[in-house]
Amino acid sequence: MRNPETILEVDDLRVYYATPQGDVKACDGVSFDLRSGEILGLVGESGSGKSTATGGVLRTIGSPGRIVSGTVTLDGEDILKYDDEKMRQTRWQKLSLIPQGAMNSLNPTMTISDQIADVIETHEGRQPADALRERIMTLFRRVGLPERIYSMYPHELSGGMKQRACIAMSIALDPLVIVADEATSALDVVVQRVVAQTMLKIKRELNVSFIMIGHDMGLMAQVVDRLAVMYSGQLLEIAAVRDMFARPAHPYSEILIESVPTLTERKPMKINEGITHDPRNPPSGCIFRLRCPHAMPVCSESRPDMVEVHPEQLVACHLWKKDENGSYVRQSV
Amino acid sequence: MSGGTTKAIPVEYLFNRLLTFFLTVFIAASIIWLIPRLSPIDPAEAMLGRMAAGAGFVENADQILADLRTQFGLDEPLWKQYLAYLKSLAVFDFGVSVANFPTPVAQMLAAALPWTIGLMIVSVVIAFIIGNAAGAFMAWQETPKTWKVVIPAAMIFTSIPPILSGLLLMWLFSAQLGWFPLTGSYGLFVTPGWNWEFIYSVIEHGALPALSIVVVTFGFWALGMRGLMTTVQSEDYVQLAKAKGLRPRYILYRYMIRNAILPQVTAFALKIGLLVTGQILVERIFSYNGMGKLIYDAILNQDFAVIQGASYVVILMTAASVLLVDLLYPFIDPRIRHGGGR
Ligand SMILES: Nc1ncnc2c1ncn2[C@@H]1O[C@H](COP(=O)(O)OP(=O)(O)OP(=O)(O)O)[C@@H](O)[C@H]1O
Ligand code: SF4
Ligand SMILES: [Mg+2]
Repeated sequence: MRNPETILEVDDLRVYYATPQGDVKACDGVSFDLRSGEILGLVGESGSGKSTATGGVLRTIGSPGRIVSGTVTLDGEDILKYDDEKMRQTRWQKLSLIPQGAMNSLNPTMTISDQIADVIETHEGRQPADALRERIMTLFRRVGLPERIYSMYPHELSGGMKQRACIAMSIALDPLVIVADEATSALDVVVQRVVAQTMLKIKRELNVSFIMIGHDMGLMAQVVDRLAVMYSGQLLEIAAVRDMFARPAHPYSEILIESVPTLTERKPMKINEGITHDPRNPPSGCIFRLRCPHAMPVCSESRPDMVEVHPEQLVACHLWKKDENGSYVRQSV
Repeated sequence: MSGGTTKAIPVEYLFNRLLTFFLTVFIAASIIWLIPRLSPIDPAEAMLGRMAAGAGFVENADQILADLRTQFGLDEPLWKQYLAYLKSLAVFDFGVSVANFPTPVAQMLAAALPWTIGLMIVSVVIAFIIGNAAGAFMAWQETPKTWKVVIPAAMIFTSIPPILSGLLLMWLFSAQLGWFPLTGSYGLFVTPGWNWEFIYSVIEHGALPALSIVVVTFGFWALGMRGLMTTVQSEDYVQLAKAKGLRPRYILYRYMIRNAILPQVTAFALKIGLLVTGQILVERIFSYNGMGKLIYDAILNQDFAVIQGASYVVILMTAASVLLVDLLYPFIDPRIRHGGGR
């Protein structure tokens, strides 16, 4: 049973990158919520703004990027309003990260255990050596790492072990939310599966919530509870995985789902065209209209709002209209 | 740091490195033997010329020339000269100086070396520390704005030739302010030895030469470090360290400088030889009794024995510092193992 309590609420988040030719609106009015103990999958082709959106949530966007507007309400407080010091203290305690490139995400001149110890001691003060060691060993066991890696350096571990070391690190302070940015895509298929299962196990044991970014619709479908589909800086649809696969509501979601015939078959996302427009100069109205097979005149006039067309299924598309009973139906064109 | 693999230096590796050390020294020493022999200047004639310049003319010039040739071994076949040369290196016997006839070169080197090593270690270490710190702070995002202006401004000295910066410092601190003595390695009236007066005098005399070396060399380290820091700053592990909420200062030291400094250490070892030669002019203008002054005078006097002896010492110093860094590097970079790659 899912706990419907909302732990993180992102509202109208905008993150732009300044370029000489104008701003790239890499995250342009993104809104979603994350519930306690769920895994929300974020999919979209390369460059669609997944890392930018989660970077906004984590407040890790650096120059030339900036958070333009929006709110990120974590555990009841808007963390975008925090000053730097308050934000620093909040990091990892409430909001942690499993990075996109685990290969280079560990400091090559520090042992694995030191890199976990430093985050614990920064946020919780100095710890007795024995207790600290035992705590790190427990983290290792949680993610299935052998104890012998305790005093090893990153270059002495395999890619899968490094990724698990990053997972162990991400849960060191028992956070509320973990962002996993393509945590598995650099790994081979077998290791991907193991790492994904490790994350599932962590989620069950710790009741932590995940935002999981991925390319692989098949793998995502097996791990996440809900899916959010992103395209060129905007969210187009959010729904439970089952609903999304059974009845995708957005034309773009349809294209994505088509490429994964069944829930269990694994195939990378179908990317036959890519984002066709210049991200600095997006089309008017619906962001997807240049590639949409159902585009209508209204699509170039206004950006469609996110509306709940089925319970718990939100979509931004003009195809969906309210009928006389007040429920949404999809027009046929 | 807890844990950490302790490493001992394997004997076989040490042996190989020592072999490389001797081979390097041998090849470099052979080159410095060969080069003067390609020069058209005959050292015996050069010396005779100097005598003639002093006395107006020289009697029995041909006889003296022949004697000199015999004395320097210049009438021997080349291969014999070469073997004799190699043997002399092994026992640190470089013959006698032509200019300060008949002082043994080894004696002159022994007198000059401690001064140079002392001055060099102090100035090079200070320049390395200041330079790397300056470079790190130029690149660090949290550095206060004023510092980001002040540090590059200070680097303007890097573009001034050492001789000018030396003269400038001399003019300012000795001639105008009178804070430091003008020239020399120590005061005329102090007795060398382990007494406080002498040590104080040495420090007082060494300060300006050291400062002028620091001022012109720290920019080299600073620029290198800035580049390395900029690269490290965008590394994933630094980004993750920020997301971990570690304190900025800790990230700077433990995640950024700790990694960015590694190539600088290697460069440091390779630069030692260059630094000695760079020190020549500085020692010269401050009349500092080091190797630099020795080499400078020897070049002016075409005193080949001294040039050869001094070059040999510089080679030894460079090779020794490279050897030292090679042996120590695995202790500062865990990815490097003795005798193996990554
Ligand atoms: N530093 C930057 N400067 C300018 N534009 C940027 C910068 N970083 C990202 N962008 C742009 O922002 C958009 C979104 O990038 P982002 O990295 O968030 O995509 P993503 O969905 O995470 O892609 P991927 O799947 O490849 O990781 C892209 O168009 C990209 O070109
Ligand atoms: S709004 Fe129009 S263009 Fe956009 S997805 Fe819907 S139908 Fe296609
Ligand atoms: Mg990304």
